[in-house]
Amino acid sequence: MPISARCKKLTALLLATVMAAGAAGATRAQAADEASDADWQSWTANTNVSDTASLQRGARDFVAHCLGCHSLKYERWSRLGEDLNIPKELLAKDLIPPGEGPADYITSPMPEAAAEKWFGKAPPDLSLMARARSTDYLYQYLKTFYVDSDRATGANNLALPQSAMPDIVASLEGLKIPVYKSVETKGPDGQMTHEQVFDHFKQIAPGSMTPQQFDQFVRDLVNFLDYVGDPQQAMRRAMGVWVILFLLVFTWLAWLLKREFWKDVK
Amino acid sequence: MATTERGSELRAPGEPLPPGATPVSTKKGFWAWLNKRMPVDEFIANQLTGYYAPKNFNIWYFFGSLALVVLVLQLVTGIFLAMFYKPSAVGAFDSVQFIMREVDWGWLVRYMHSTGASAFFVVVYLHMFRGLMYGSYRQPRELLWVIGMLVYLALMAEAFMGYVLPWGNMSFWGAQVIVNIFSTVPVIGPGLVQWIRGDYGIADATLNRFFALHVAAVPLILLLLVMLHLVALRRTGSNNPDGIEIKERTRADGKPLDGIPFHPYYTVKDVVGVGVFFVIFALIVFYVPTFNGLFLEQPNFEMANQLSTPAEIHPVWYFTPYYAILRAVPNKGMGALLMLLSLVSLLALPWLDRSPVKSIRYKGWISRVMLAVFVISFVGLGYLGLQPAEGLYVILARIFGVCYFAFFWLMPFYSRIDRVKAVPERVVYHAH
Repeated sequence: MPISARCKKLTALLLATVMAAGAAGATRAQAADEASDADWQSWTANTNVSDTASLQRGARDFVAHCLGCHSLKYERWSRLGEDLNIPKELLAKDLIPPGEGPADYITSPMPEAAAEKWFGKAPPDLSLMARARSTDYLYQYLKTFYVDSDRATGANNLALPQSAMPDIVASLEGLKIPVYKSVETKGPDGQMTHEQVFDHFKQIAPGSMTPQQFDQFVRDLVNFLDYVGDPQQAMRRAMGVWVILFLLVFTWLAWLLKREFWKDVK
Repeated sequence: MATTERGSELRAPGEPLPPGATPVSTKKGFWAWLNKRMPVDEFIANQLTGYYAPKNFNIWYFFGSLALVVLVLQLVTGIFLAMFYKPSAVGAFDSVQFIMREVDWGWLVRYMHSTGASAFFVVVYLHMFRGLMYGSYRQPRELLWVIGMLVYLALMAEAFMGYVLPWGNMSFWGAQVIVNIFSTVPVIGPGLVQWIRGDYGIADATLNRFFALHVAAVPLILLLLVMLHLVALRRTGSNNPDGIEIKERTRADGKPLDGIPFHPYYTVKDVVGVGVFFVIFALIVFYVPTFNGLFLEQPNFEMANQLSTPAEIHPVWYFTPYYAILRAVPNKGMGALLMLLSLVSLLALPWLDRSPVKSIRYKGWISRVMLAVFVISFVGLGYLGLQPAEGLYVILARIFGVCYFAFFWLMPFYSRIDRVKAVPERVVYHAH
């Protein structure tokens, strides 16, 4: 067995153990509305990038859960602190990793070459992910991990099948498996065929969060990534109103001037 | 009060000089000093206050001056972008993010430039449509139309190369597809493509030369052509919605009865148009700069990657009508040829139209229907060029493609047999 494959098996085993341990203690209510799982492709992130409290939670959760593997290489810690109203002391104490300063870019400590060996693909930088994929996609992705023993990571994903990313939210969300339903479809040859279509998730082990808490956790994260993708978007929108008001007044004055001049044209 | 000799300060704005007279400036000081050394007053008198334009211009006549405004906007914002942009495969994508995030007002300048590119084509397409409607390409303005078409071609080259510079994944694959069109040129095709790219694929060398062409070569050509476009316009004068030559009916002093001096009348009017334009422009820049992936496409937020193809490769919206024609033909060479022909058709327009009247106002129903069919086909092709080339989309692209060419190449026939209305002696104008 090649080393990389053995590594993958080992990672999967480790993860499975951790998840099982986490799952054993906690209790968790069944997902409130399983029936709506089937239309996961139309779930919307419903985030608000001017909700600073949500962005602060998202930043905290990013550092705790994502930064181990994923960087935000275009964003500096200081910029994050300023935009999200995080006091300098708190930023230094709680967010910036030891040995790094506020002027540094937000980068993961994970070496890229090793990461590629471990996961088959280096974890992508997330600075622009919300813009490259959309916030809705990120929300759907983070909410549709499920247990799949065929995968080296022990997990699979509906939004990104065969995703190389392990289910790192399992300890929060718990473990779930997909339940399929059989749908009869008429093939091109007129024969009726049965197709297995995803219907809903079944919770098999609870996580540390309630479904509502986990949903808020995902929304905060996605909201934060939306901010990082376009950091000055809130300022841009606030400024646009004044620019357009100025232009409207300018255009109105220009029109008055034009009307005055054109009185002569018969 | 200074002198009151004829032809100096008692002239009303725009009132003509006696034939052959050189304007004598009565101004003193610096202005007089300047005019002794450079014909500033003369230039203003000839090109603005003494240049007569028809008084019946409507809303469609805003887009010429707007195109000039957008050109200046692109030049100015482009210069600032070039101060921070790094034209290399390794540094380009990062430098754009640096501009967007860390350069003061960099995001604004970049969004203005990217929105400006699309705005340029919107304005130019409306400007060209105006020409189609009112027969502005007809004798004696054939050369004006042809130079305008050359401006359009230069603009396409400029926009394409600019689109590659951010080095996003759609830039990269779009460049791959478009440059590959040249491989259909017989005999020299493959060598030609390699010569354009400067490498065996779209690579660092390609990006670097596109930068040089985008910021220096093509803008110079564009400026020269725009100047020639205006020079030719000064000779023939503007057409108007009635398609009547205002020069044919003149006052005693030789100035057209239905003309008014460009300055101040059309300068103040165009400023209103510029104001309205900038309101719409600002709405996009501040609220929807990506225009839902039409102006800045989602795959372009990922760096160029040879190993990962975007789900659907297509050029930006302003090229998609031609791209749809290219893909509608199963044979790649034939597709490229038809694409070329679709541009040549526009160029040949002055010699295809045989109608006795210029303006759509006095043409018959066949010409009106054909123009409507053309517009629907062009917009339809633009939409189809953004969709995958499969099934119904291809069939529709073929139908629209046939309609597109029918508009041009049946014109010598339908424009001759079409029943036209009587053209009035003077332009139709209602004072406001």
